Order: sequence, then structure tokens, then C-alpha cells
Amino acid sequence: MAQKHQGLNRRKNPQSKLRRIRGDWQLYLLLLPGLIWFIVFAYKPMYGLKIAFYDYNVFGGFAKSDFIGLENFRRYLSSPDFSRTFVNTIMIAVWQLIIVFPASILLAIIVTEASSKFISRATQTVTFLPYFISAVVVAGMVVNFTSPTYGVINQMREKLGMEPIYFMVEPDYFRPIYTIMILWMSAGYNSIVYIAAIMGIDPSLYEAATVDGAGRFGRLWHVTLPGILPTIMTMLLLNIGKMIRSGYETIILLYQPTTFSKADTIATYAYRLAFDNRGRADYGLAGAVGLFEAVIALVMVALANQASKRLTQNSLW
Amino acid sequence: MKDLEKRKKKIEHAKSGMVQSTGEKVYDLCINIIAVLVTLITFYPIYYILIASFSRPLGVDNGDVIFTMVEPTVEAYKRAFRLPNLWISYGNTFFYAVFGVAMNMILTTTMAFSLSRKRLVGRKFFTLMVVFTMWFNAGLIPTYLNFSQLHMLDTRAAIIVGFGISAYNLIIMKSFFESIPEEMEEAATVDGASSFRTFFQIFIPMSKPALATVVMFYLVNRWNGYFWPMTLLRDDMKMPLQVLLKKLIVDQVANETEAAIVTSASTWSPTTRIYALMMIAIVPMLVIYPVLQKYFKAGMTLGAVKG
Repeated sequence: MAQKHQGLNRRKNPQSKLRRIRGDWQLYLLLLPGLIWFIVFAYKPMYGLKIAFYDYNVFGGFAKSDFIGLENFRRYLSSPDFSRTFVNTIMIAVWQLIIVFPASILLAIIVTEASSKFISRATQTVTFLPYFISAVVVAGMVVNFTSPTYGVINQMREKLGMEPIYFMVEPDYFRPIYTIMILWMSAGYNSIVYIAAIMGIDPSLYEAATVDGAGRFGRLWHVTLPGILPTIMTMLLLNIGKMIRSGYETIILLYQPTTFSKADTIATYAYRLAFDNRGRADYGLAGAVGLFEAVIALVMVALANQASKRLTQNSLW
Repeated sequence: MKDLEKRKKKIEHAKSGMVQSTGEKVYDLCINIIAVLVTLITFYPIYYILIASFSRPLGVDNGDVIFTMVEPTVEAYKRAFRLPNLWISYGNTFFYAVFGVAMNMILTTTMAFSLSRKRLVGRKFFTLMVVFTMWFNAGLIPTYLNFSQLHMLDTRAAIIVGFGISAYNLIIMKSFFESIPEEMEEAATVDGASSFRTFFQIFIPMSKPALATVVMFYLVNRWNGYFWPMTLLRDDMKMPLQVLLKKLIVDQVANETEAAIVTSASTWSPTTRIYALMMIAIVPMLVIYPVLQKYFKAGMTLGAVKG
């Protein structure tokens, strides 16, 4: 008891920071490996973003590269590739925003509203399965299922008397196919947070709504949806940056030169400039394009955050 | 899952005073039918891979395999395992998964524990340092050049150490450690336990749900990741399974030439081998899912809600 008292006192007494650190060095030692990791693998590369302002020499490094200011950005913004990649990035994000994002909310509602426990559980388990399947395998499924010769989708079309379509080379099919693929991969995983939010709604609200004469749909509309609105807003804000930035690993598996007009995003373009440019890697330009994208994503998150703060009082910061 | 059922019972109870109207019965029926349809459609692609991988190749090519197998055979699996480098890349994936996740957990739990202690000087700054990387990161080219500058290109260390922490998982772990009552640590301190001992003997054993969740997140990423190994590694002997799969089932480099050879024989086509390879890649993850499922969901909502 006396010792415990002493412990409390020690915390209240103002001590010099250095003595506090020295007395508790083990806690700082535990922090150290992670801290070093962040400095070496997260922050040091950020310093490397300066490549965007250099005419980077792949063999000589920064020492033999010329500082060229905003020239890389000027080259990108004035090239014909800019409008294509910019529009595609925004459009692919918009498709995700209006289809993939609401789908996981709908799925959560279906899972929680289904009156059969068996169906509810089966739906949740099965829709979560694709989370465990890699982008490579899912892209492989898409490519093989849509094959005009042996793909199951075209086989079904032929059985229904329709002509086979070579989906992967038609630009107009790219966004729908990509969106369906992402929907399949992520809906179950993303729905879990909404299912948790629906479970967390106070049951007395449902009772009150029932007393007021609300039916099943009325309760869904007036209790469930308002109840999960804060979660929806938070997830929307967390995902807007992701919608813009991620996906290039998946897109480069699916797109082909014939579909670049609808599929080539800022990130996939930067990737090609650096790693798939027929031996003429342009790291400086690729770095500038990548930085441009990162800044756009950050601005979108900030704008969405401001809008959400004003409209729904939910915000990230 | 259990919570969901309990909660449903509560709602059922709330409604028990009333008789279900016809409209409500129709609503119930519709929701159940939609749920069944969603489940079947979601499951079909996995089911198709399964039946196609065990069917006679020409049955798949001709479109006879749609809902059922045709002349079951394991030929496709035999041929898949005979592929050069399949076992090597499978072994590599296993190596990266085991050592990679171990590295992830060491770096993540130690840092998360430290950041979860309010007495840590500079706690806010260090936490901000972690969270900032969730909103802004250097991106593809600077990350690649960083590995190049560290002379880590084409090394296994780049894969294992270079992707040692995900800020998101770190925050999940930190939130969980913060939710453990402070009295637990105070009692240990009174008993003379150091920070190391408090961490290893009290916090780690008490955090099983969160640990299982974070292990799962890391494991799925390690097992399924293809982009960075493809970009950073050169040597085929170091490549993980996903990079080999990309060549075989997405780019299909090997199949084109093989298809030309086999058309004359007409008994074999690479199609079913593609589906067999898919099964070989996904089965370990699908087996692990039910094992960790109950922990996984509990931990996941924790991380997601706290962001």
C-alpha cells in the first residue's frame, strides 16, 4: 500500500524529462526499433521525393543529376498523357465511390436484416472469403473468365445465343470490369465495420420506432441508417485518399495498351515511366508524376474532411 | 457472430408484441432471397475454379464445365507441381510469410506498447509521425530508390525488413494496449516488474484477439503481395509464388507456346492447370480463415472504429 502511494506521488512530482527517460529506459528501448524503421523506410524516402525536381541520372545518382526545378512537372502537365491519366484516375475513383463504397453498406444491411440466421451467417462468411485471395489470382480469374475462347463468361454468352466479346481489349469494358473486381474483393471485408456499427445501435431506439408505428423498412430508414451515418462518414473520409492512390498494383495486372485510354491512371503511368519504359527509365519525371498524385490525394482528403465537418459534424482532424 | 445473434434476439424480442403483417413477411422474404443470391454469386468464381481445376481440360475449353465437373481428374495438379520453380517459389512465399510476419510483429508490438504508455516523453510527436504516413507516403519511385541506396535490391532482407510495419496495424495494436486497464501495469510495477516484463508477461498474453487480428492482416499481405517482390527482386530463386503466378495465369507467357504444341495432340490444354494453380495459391489462406475467424472479427472492429 505504501509503495503504491509512493508510485502515485512520483508521477505527480515534476521531474526533469531526462531523468524520467533514464529511469524508464526500457520503454524507450522498445520504441527504438520501430522508430528507426519509420525513419529509414518511411521518412528517408520522403526526402527522396526531391527526385521530382531533378533530371535524374540512373547511374550517377543525385551527385551527377541536374536540379531542374519544376521542369518535370511542366513536362507532365503539358504532355498529352496528363489529361488521359488525370481523367482516368478521377473516373476510376468515382466509379468506386458510387458503386463499391455503398455496396458494403448495403451488404451490412442485408446481413443484419436477414431473418434467417443461417443465411445471415453464410452471407457474411462467403462475402469475406475474397479478402484472402491475392490480387494476382483475382486478376487471373478476370483474365481467364473473360477469355473469348475458353472463358466461362463467354461460354455462358454463347449458350444464351450471344456473340463472344474479348472484354480485356475493349477500353469501354475496363472500368466496369475493374469495379466489379474490386467490389468482389472488398465488399465483405468493408462491410464488417458497418455490421459492428449496426450491432452497436441502442435497441430501445428500435422499440421506440416500433411503438411509433414504424415497420421493418421504417426502422431501417429512421433508426439504422442515421445510427451508422457517423461510421459511413468516417469510412468515406478514410477511403477517399485510398480510392485515388491505391489500385495501381491491380490495374497494371489488368490493363493492356489497347485499354490505356480508359485504364491508365497517374500511378500506373508513373510506374511505366520508371519500370516499364523500354529501357529508357525516367525516374525524375516518374517521381514528379507520383508526387503530383500524392498531393492530389491529400488535397481530396482535406476537402472531403472540410465538407464532412460542415455537413455532418464528422471529421478526421 | 455470437454478438450479432444476441442482438438479433433482442430486436426480435422488441418486436414480439406485434403480429407480423403481410408487408413485413414479404420484406423478410425479399431480404433472405437477396442474401442468398449475393452469397451464391460471390461464391461462384471460387466454385468454378475448383470444378474447372479437377475437370478434363477439353471439357473446360469447350464450355461443358459451368456448374458441374466433367470427367474428374487430378492431371492439372500433377502438371502444375511439375512446373519449374513452383516449389521454389512456394517455399519462398512460406519463408517470407513466416519471417516477415515475425519481423512485423516484433516491430509493431514493441513500438505500439511504447506509444500506448502515457508517460512516454514525446508520445504525441511519435504517434503523429506514424499517423502521417497513413495520409502521405513517398510513393513508388522514392521507395524503390531508397532500397537501391541501402543496397537492398534483390535481397530477401528488403522484403522482410523493408515492409516491417504497417501504420494501420500499429494503430490497432496501440489502441488495444491502451484499452488494457492501467491498474494492470501499476500492480506489476509495484511488484518490481520492469517495462520489458510488463510488456512480455502482462500485455502480450492479454492481447490475443488483437494479436491474432494483426497477425492475420500481416499474413494475408505477406502471402498475397506481388508488387514489391516483383519490383525489388531479380533472382528467380528468391521470387515468391505470386510473382510466378502473375507470369503463369495473368501474363500467360508459358501457355502460348505450350498451347501451340499441344493442339495437335488434343488431349491437354493449359487451361485447367491455370485453375489448379489458383487453387494451390489460395487454399492455405482459406484454411487459416476459420481458425482465426473469431479473434479476427473482434479485433477488426476495434481497429476500424478507432481508425
